[in-house]
Amino acid sequence: MEERDLICVTCPVGCNLTAVLDGDELVEVQGGRCRRGEAFAREEITDPRRMLATTVRVAGGVGPLVAVRSAEPMPKALLLPAADLLRRVVLKAPVSLHQVVIADLLDSGVAIIASRAMPAAQGARD
Amino acid sequence: MKSLACDVLIIGSGPAGLAAAVSARDAGSERVLVLERNQELGGILPQCIHSGFGVRVFGSDHTGPEYAQRWVERAAEANVEVMTGTMVLEIGRDLVVRATGATRGLIEVRAKAIMLAMGCRERPRGALAIPGARPAGVYTAGTAQRLVNIEGYVPGEKVVVLGSGDIGMIMARRMTLEGARVAAMLEIQPYVSGLRRNLVQCVQDYGIPLHTQTTVVEVRGKDRVEEIVAARVDSSWQPIHGSEWTIPCDTLLLSVGLIPENELSRQAGVALDRRTGGPLVDQNYQTSVPGIFAAGNVVHVYDLVDDVSEVAMLAGQAAAGWAAGRLPVVEDSHVPIEAGINVHHVVPQRLSRPLDGTPAKLACRVQQPIEETALIAVRNGTATLAQRRLRYARPSEMLDIEMPASLLRTLDPSASLVVDVTCPERGR
Repeated sequence: MEERDLICVTCPVGCNLTAVLDGDELVEVQGGRCRRGEAFAREEITDPRRMLATTVRVAGGVGPLVAVRSAEPMPKALLLPAADLLRRVVLKAPVSLHQVVIADLLDSGVAIIASRAMPAAQGARD
Repeated sequence: MKSLACDVLIIGSGPAGLAAAVSARDAGSERVLVLERNQELGGILPQCIHSGFGVRVFGSDHTGPEYAQRWVERAAEANVEVMTGTMVLEIGRDLVVRATGATRGLIEVRAKAIMLAMGCRERPRGALAIPGARPAGVYTAGTAQRLVNIEGYVPGEKVVVLGSGDIGMIMARRMTLEGARVAAMLEIQPYVSGLRRNLVQCVQDYGIPLHTQTTVVEVRGKDRVEEIVAARVDSSWQPIHGSEWTIPCDTLLLSVGLIPENELSRQAGVALDRRTGGPLVDQNYQTSVPGIFAAGNVVHVYDLVDDVSEVAMLAGQAAAGWAAGRLPVVEDSHVPIEAGINVHHVVPQRLSRPLDGTPAKLACRVQQPIEETALIAVRNGTATLAQRRLRYARPSEMLDIEMPASLLRTLDPSASLVVDVTCPERGR
């Protein structure tokens, strides 16, 4: 049996978890104040995922950027390539809250959506 | 000069201001007016594009802009009046506030109650006295956050972060996602000062080297930062001679603490707590000036926005009660609430009399981490009024303990309340 110490990132409490592994198999999760810890530990060991939050450029908006996020946690290994790709995206204002920016990011099945609205600047040309 | 009147006037539209406004309306205040100096509502939330907000308040995870939007919508539904681009200049006598805005000119608002919700500021470089040159490239983490997330400028390519506060860790990740390299994060304490989830998902996930008990002893560079000199520190935070090394970088981000913003409060004669930097408040979040209330980071710096919203709702309710004449006028004598063993500060700092049946939630921060079972206890003279076991107690995580109204009615008002956080297993 192998033990792996994890810190749960599901909520801001950040519980200490101990995942007990038999080879690749998760036998038990110790610690944690709620049940979400176990789901986190399982995912962290098999397919670690994180939320991605970044910005993309907006043409003709009140501000130059709009905040975007992954619609759900995405594979950890894709965070940097995804951020890299999103740095080259330019949206046209207006952008609405939760507008889909990329429907399936890098074949992950995860969408990128706007996490705020960005109205068009008055007098901005089409 | 245009004159207005309202029941509750709220200064600031961040999470505290908006929640206080909504709850004041819910508690029956007819006219609730929020003054915001920025062009948009939400305070600092629009630049906090990461998630982690609202898990408790709304039952699901939000980014900062989304969390702000939820409250902006709630405020609109509750018919809260808002004025953006309007900065309060002074809180005068008899709760008359003067404010100004580019389109509005000078206005005067007569309020029956005022809510201070100005939030906090970052501790700047000057407060740290880091020796060395004064080149460009030294930013507070929140300023860098605004540049990257709102203005669209990435302030550097090779970054050192001083301090391991949440904003510092979040910006270390943010700069990495923007293509910069974070060469190191330095923390003077032996432990990380922000939340542990941020240590995992902002620092460890990206392989950013973290050096605890380390600080910056010199900034070098002519026009732009070229390198910093780092050094290990001893237990009294003094740099250890001979431990210095240089880290080449073009940017130094500072995440070294937040300070409640209280220029307006001070000038209005509101008594401040030296420990928190914020107003002294009672169980209703009323300050030393009758009719002036305070909530959120202007009182003391919280870890979580959910806590701010919740406390601001209580404060907003109390302010509405005062505006309607329901809240009793407080007596001159208070029951002080003091920071005891291993406690840095407690909010509220006092109980006003009469003890009118409002329960109190005492929030505190410990001085030293306890990584085993800890005990938070409230003493009153020789009696222990309340106590609760904790799995651990860390300076980065605020603690609280509920004091039900029934308990407050039985306390000895001639003795203060003292909050201790101890480690029973070590017998102290």
